[in-house]
Amino acid sequence: MSDAVDLHPASPAPREPGEPAGVLPIGSAGERSGGWWGCLTLVLTEGALFGYLIFSYLYLASQNPQHWPPEGLPKLAPGVANTIILLTSSVFVWLCERCVRRRRVRWAVASMAAAVVLGIVFMGIQLLEWHHHPYGLTTHLYGSLYFTITGFHMAHVAVGIVVLALLLVWTALGYFDERRCAALTIGGLYWHFVDIVWLFIFSTLYLTPYLFEEWSWPRT
Amino acid sequence: MSDHAAASAPGAPSSQAAAHVPHLARQPRRGRVAPGSVEEKRLREIWETPPGWRGWLSSVDHKTIGLRYLVTAFVFLLMGGVEALIMRVQLARPNATVLTPEQYNQLFTMHGVTMIFLYALPVLSGFSNYLWPLVLGARDMAFPRLNALSYWIFLFAGIFLYASFPTGQAPDAGWFNYTPLSGLEYSTGPNIDVYALGMVLLGISTTVGSMNFVVTLLRMRAPGMSLDRVPVLVWGTLTASAGNLLAVPSVSLAFFLLWMDRRIGTHFFDVLNGGRPLLWQHLFWIFAHPWVYAVVLPAMGIVSDALPVFCRRPLVGYGPVALATVATMAIGFVVWIHHMFATGIPALALSFFGSASMVIAIPSAVATFAWIATIWTGRPVFRVPFLFFAGFVFLFVVGGVSGVLTAAVPFDWQLTDTYFVVAHLHYVLLGINVFPVIGGIYFWFPKFTGKMMSERLGKLGFWVMFAGFNIGFFPMHIAGLLGMPRRIYTYPADMGWNTVNLVTSLGSFLFALGVLIFLVDLAVSLKRGKPAGDNPWDAPSLEWAVSSPPPPYNFAVVPTLASRHPLWEDRIEEPGNGGQLRSQLDEGYLLAEGREALGTTALEANPDVILKMPGDSYAPFVLALFAALFFAALALAAWPVASAMLFGCAVAIIVWLWPERELIQREPVAIHDAGG
Repeated sequence: MSDAVDLHPASPAPREPGEPAGVLPIGSAGERSGGWWGCLTLVLTEGALFGYLIFSYLYLASQNPQHWPPEGLPKLAPGVANTIILLTSSVFVWLCERCVRRRRVRWAVASMAAAVVLGIVFMGIQLLEWHHHPYGLTTHLYGSLYFTITGFHMAHVAVGIVVLALLLVWTALGYFDERRCAALTIGGLYWHFVDIVWLFIFSTLYLTPYLFEEWSWPRT
Repeated sequence: MSDHAAASAPGAPSSQAAAHVPHLARQPRRGRVAPGSVEEKRLREIWETPPGWRGWLSSVDHKTIGLRYLVTAFVFLLMGGVEALIMRVQLARPNATVLTPEQYNQLFTMHGVTMIFLYALPVLSGFSNYLWPLVLGARDMAFPRLNALSYWIFLFAGIFLYASFPTGQAPDAGWFNYTPLSGLEYSTGPNIDVYALGMVLLGISTTVGSMNFVVTLLRMRAPGMSLDRVPVLVWGTLTASAGNLLAVPSVSLAFFLLWMDRRIGTHFFDVLNGGRPLLWQHLFWIFAHPWVYAVVLPAMGIVSDALPVFCRRPLVGYGPVALATVATMAIGFVVWIHHMFATGIPALALSFFGSASMVIAIPSAVATFAWIATIWTGRPVFRVPFLFFAGFVFLFVVGGVSGVLTAAVPFDWQLTDTYFVVAHLHYVLLGINVFPVIGGIYFWFPKFTGKMMSERLGKLGFWVMFAGFNIGFFPMHIAGLLGMPRRIYTYPADMGWNTVNLVTSLGSFLFALGVLIFLVDLAVSLKRGKPAGDNPWDAPSLEWAVSSPPPPYNFAVVPTLASRHPLWEDRIEEPGNGGQLRSQLDEGYLLAEGREALGTTALEANPDVILKMPGDSYAPFVLALFAALFFAALALAAWPVASAMLFGCAVAIIVWLWPERELIQREPVAIHDAGG
């Protein structure tokens, strides 16, 4: 089908310059707000930052002649659990905005509260995992990489939880409805970004050692 | 849409109640605002920054911030220049003892850091901050407060980087700061910590500035200014900003990891524990090569926009030049290894990165031939800016050719770490940055101040600078070919390098004299320059349509663009336009219910939203101060203070981002649950 028009029902017809504009929204109107575009550029540059962290890990791992990771293959269970927890919290953040758009403020607050709790649980599990590792940040190269990369991500999760908590407060104060809730859209975008970055970190730190198992840890 | 339900009737007079319960949508009225009218006075009141120190600390006006950037960057240029002159005194003759080796190391490091990080990009950010909203037909940048933050952090980072200089412990491992020399084992003092943390701080400034430029381009263009109608300066700064967003994290990360290696005890660059010094080189050059283009592309844009004014014709090949700008940056991301040819990496990588480096010559040549063709087919007017721009074309060719030479791997092996490379990078950085910048100041000074600069002093200054530059830097090629290594604090008398070094030193002082003449001209013109009028050069772009200096609101009504040269439309026909449509500069949308600006769609620039712009604010200054103190606390390893400063940053950000009624970031009245 060549119904290109149907794909963009909202896009306005091309206008000659000088033709008067119709009614325009005022202020921070969702994805027309500057903040939404600004957050996209933030995601771009932060995405690059995590890209360089992962590059550093893979580069140093590939140059390392010894067993990698030195303490044996990472345990998958906590990481998998954390992945599920973080993705679920993203769903609740999304749900919060849906509720706000239907003016269900109480459900929206509850949903955002669930997202915050899940974020905190993620941090708790991660801290426990850190605690159980026999190595630290300064023990060896792998420890430096592991704790720096997961530490960078944890810092982003911590900032994200503060953002979500503020959004919760603002939603509870009745700041937002379906016409003005750019902060929810923008804060949500940041949280989803933090979650997606985790997928890359999880794949790099937890899964790639299994892929290269033969090469790094010969079976006995 | 419920947005529309709240709209006031089209053409209805703006109600007084609007100030208290803002509407969520309206149809913007079109009209005219006569100079000196009541409406004009109101606009001025809405947009003006209050005088005194309050306005000084809180202003978010892009014109104020742009001028601050220009002046601050120029001060850094002079500091870096004095450092260079001291080094040239030391190197003027063999076995000199003006400087100790330690002092020399600090001077050449701070010279590089200052020129490359504190002058070259910030000065271009100054031009772009001042000019972007004016050439795009906007009231301000997309994020005025972020703009102020970007300046304050730049200023504080500059001070930070110089903090250890007076104690004789300035950074001293070269501006690219290779490990393991910059590791704790060989550099035990605070010098490298200052450099590392200062660069992370400066990276924040560059990043938020780049975000602002990208979003401003996408959202703040006047209606009708489609992407093929923006000036080339905008293309240059946009490309540089997009490149910075991708590249700056690399160097910030590298410096942060280095600081962790030094002060926390990690092992990223620690050879004994499996770390790799080459990781530093990769991360540094992945950033620093795109950075080279970030500090030249906006300057090339200045030339592409201003040179044609003095050739009395549009730029030849606007489209190819714009595409070449973007292509240069894109290729610039896959050439970083050419800084590492001599590190023993595999031949396949050498071949790939050598060829990619040569490919860069193609977009550069496109731009060069476009400038030459513009001069060739135009009717050149030999005013001062023209001389600087034409001089730039010559220096760009010299610097470009020596660059292509070093893209050849075997030749590069001969020249790595010799003065040939020093000559190349100075031809590129001074030729493509300093000459267009000074030409740009001569060109836009009338707009900045309402006064003209002197033709006589300007021409004298240009010829002294041009002669001094070539006498100073050309012999460095020869010194390099004679085998003189860079970064040596002195040399024996029997190496055959005496004459070239003496000539270089004399040339550098001649160049400095030229800069001095320029500064005198600035001071004299500021006091006694002839009145400029709105458009002294009869230039075609939008910034010349407003008064000199521009009013605080820039444009009384939002202009509508119909061509690339709105002020030349009576003389040239745009292709595909047939002379039918004319840009409308006097009549347009009246946006005056508070600080308002028009947001337009990203590609076609159709009206999309009426943006509420924030007023003056202390938040950027306070946040920048807390951020700078945070990094200072890290440098002093004062962890409790660092935590407190970080908390201060968080509070400042929350206050800043708290949804405001005034900006219609939230509903005017509290929303209650609609459920049962």
